[in-house]
Amino acid sequence: MKAAGLFLLFAGLAIVLSAFVLLSSTSPRAAFVFAGIAIQILGLFLTFRAHYTPAEER
Amino acid sequence: MQLQPAALTETGTAICTLCIFLVPLTAAGLALVNTGFGRSRSAAHSLLSAMCVFAVAALVYLMIGFAFQGYIGRPAHLLSIGGRQWNLLGADRWMMRGIVFDGSSVSLVACLQLFCVALAAIIPLGTGADRWKLGPSCASAALLAGITYPIFAHWVWGGGWLAQLGGMASCGSGAIDAGGAGVIQAVGGLSALSIAWILGPRHSKYESSGMAIPGHNMVMVLFGCALMMVGWLGLDSAGALLFAGASVNSLVLIAANNVITSSASLVTALIVTRVRYTKPDASIGANGFVIGLVSISGACSLVSPVEAAAIGMVAGLLVPFSVEWLDRLGFDDPTGAISVYALGGIWGVIATGAFAQGRPGQWLAQAAMLSALLGFVLPVTYCLNLLLNRVYPQRIGKDGERQGLDMSELGAGAYPELAQVTKDYLFR
Repeated sequence: MKAAGLFLLFAGLAIVLSAFVLLSSTSPRAAFVFAGIAIQILGLFLTFRAHYTPAEER
Repeated sequence: MQLQPAALTETGTAICTLCIFLVPLTAAGLALVNTGFGRSRSAAHSLLSAMCVFAVAALVYLMIGFAFQGYIGRPAHLLSIGGRQWNLLGADRWMMRGIVFDGSSVSLVACLQLFCVALAAIIPLGTGADRWKLGPSCASAALLAGITYPIFAHWVWGGGWLAQLGGMASCGSGAIDAGGAGVIQAVGGLSALSIAWILGPRHSKYESSGMAIPGHNMVMVLFGCALMMVGWLGLDSAGALLFAGASVNSLVLIAANNVITSSASLVTALIVTRVRYTKPDASIGANGFVIGLVSISGACSLVSPVEAAAIGMVAGLLVPFSVEWLDRLGFDDPTGAISVYALGGIWGVIATGAFAQGRPGQWLAQAAMLSALLGFVLPVTYCLNLLLNRVYPQRIGKDGERQGLDMSELGAGAYPELAQVTKDYLFR
């Protein structure tokens, strides 16, 4: 889960980069940037989840 | 639109130099905050760690960091895609050779960055308080100062691809970060998050009663905040002059915005704690004050005082909930560095896009900067520190932690006349 989370963080950045390099008009570019950041939020959630220890196991 | 290095007059250079001289106060204040929030048995270790990390970060930045960061108009590695040249990495000479320290804008940037990189490296020390060994913390600072920080700083401040978004992709003025909300604070805060993940919580933090482990000296913490305020005025002013094209006349606005944002943030955080816990909380109040400074850094010269107050109020709302949420999840962050610097820095980046006026598309450049923080800084910092942890374990042993880092690593305590050191140590 940790590796998947980190991969999604990086993948989101790759989508954002692609948007700026490949697209020229604002609307599709903005959509791609939002999609990339949404994927990164998912990655962040997974990375947090991977490091979470339930209260009873601490 | 071609990016241009800052063009300062003689007066501007003198004022910028004076502002840079104030920046070490931020590091000193941060070191005091970290120490006050930690246990008394690790106090000397905490301050010594801050000094060592400061020194290591500055030296590594001198050796290789500036070569990767560079500055606008300096040599850089470019990547050509679709007929456009994207600036990826600085290609300056090692050891800052080629820079004449004569008051030119590049020499001012190099001098300021020595302090900034050290400041970013001290931030994670608060998260690792009471359990992060001295040697590994210095090694981690070296990785930050040599790799993560300069690469990201090049993208934003060195004419890199994030700064180019203004001219190449019509996104406002490209990524703006006048005082380092993203480049310094968020980078340091995300490093702190990585360290919290790798080190795990302090022993006894989540055992027994589940009570918070209080900081040992709130006076030190609050005095540290006051010192940080003075240093921050210099940091934001120098950064705005060098990286955001601000004029000397706008320094008054920067000072006013700093005071207003930190005040709004402090008051909001105290009101929230008063409502939630029936009494204002000093530690959350201190964090509320600092997150205000952090969040205004990005747009310090670009927003009006009213907008600065709004930025501060949002920051003040964020910090109590974030600290509590991280604690519930089991991430032990004694100083609240993740909430203050990572979350505050990210909010500063977003707020710059939301409030900076007259720059169509600016929010898209700020979103790209946020994405680079999450997609480059966080995973790279985490992986580097994870690798470091494999070859050079970062956490002190259980006995050493119980004894305190002062005795176990330094062999002497910070307050010998106040503490009776015996073989029977209590957990708390």
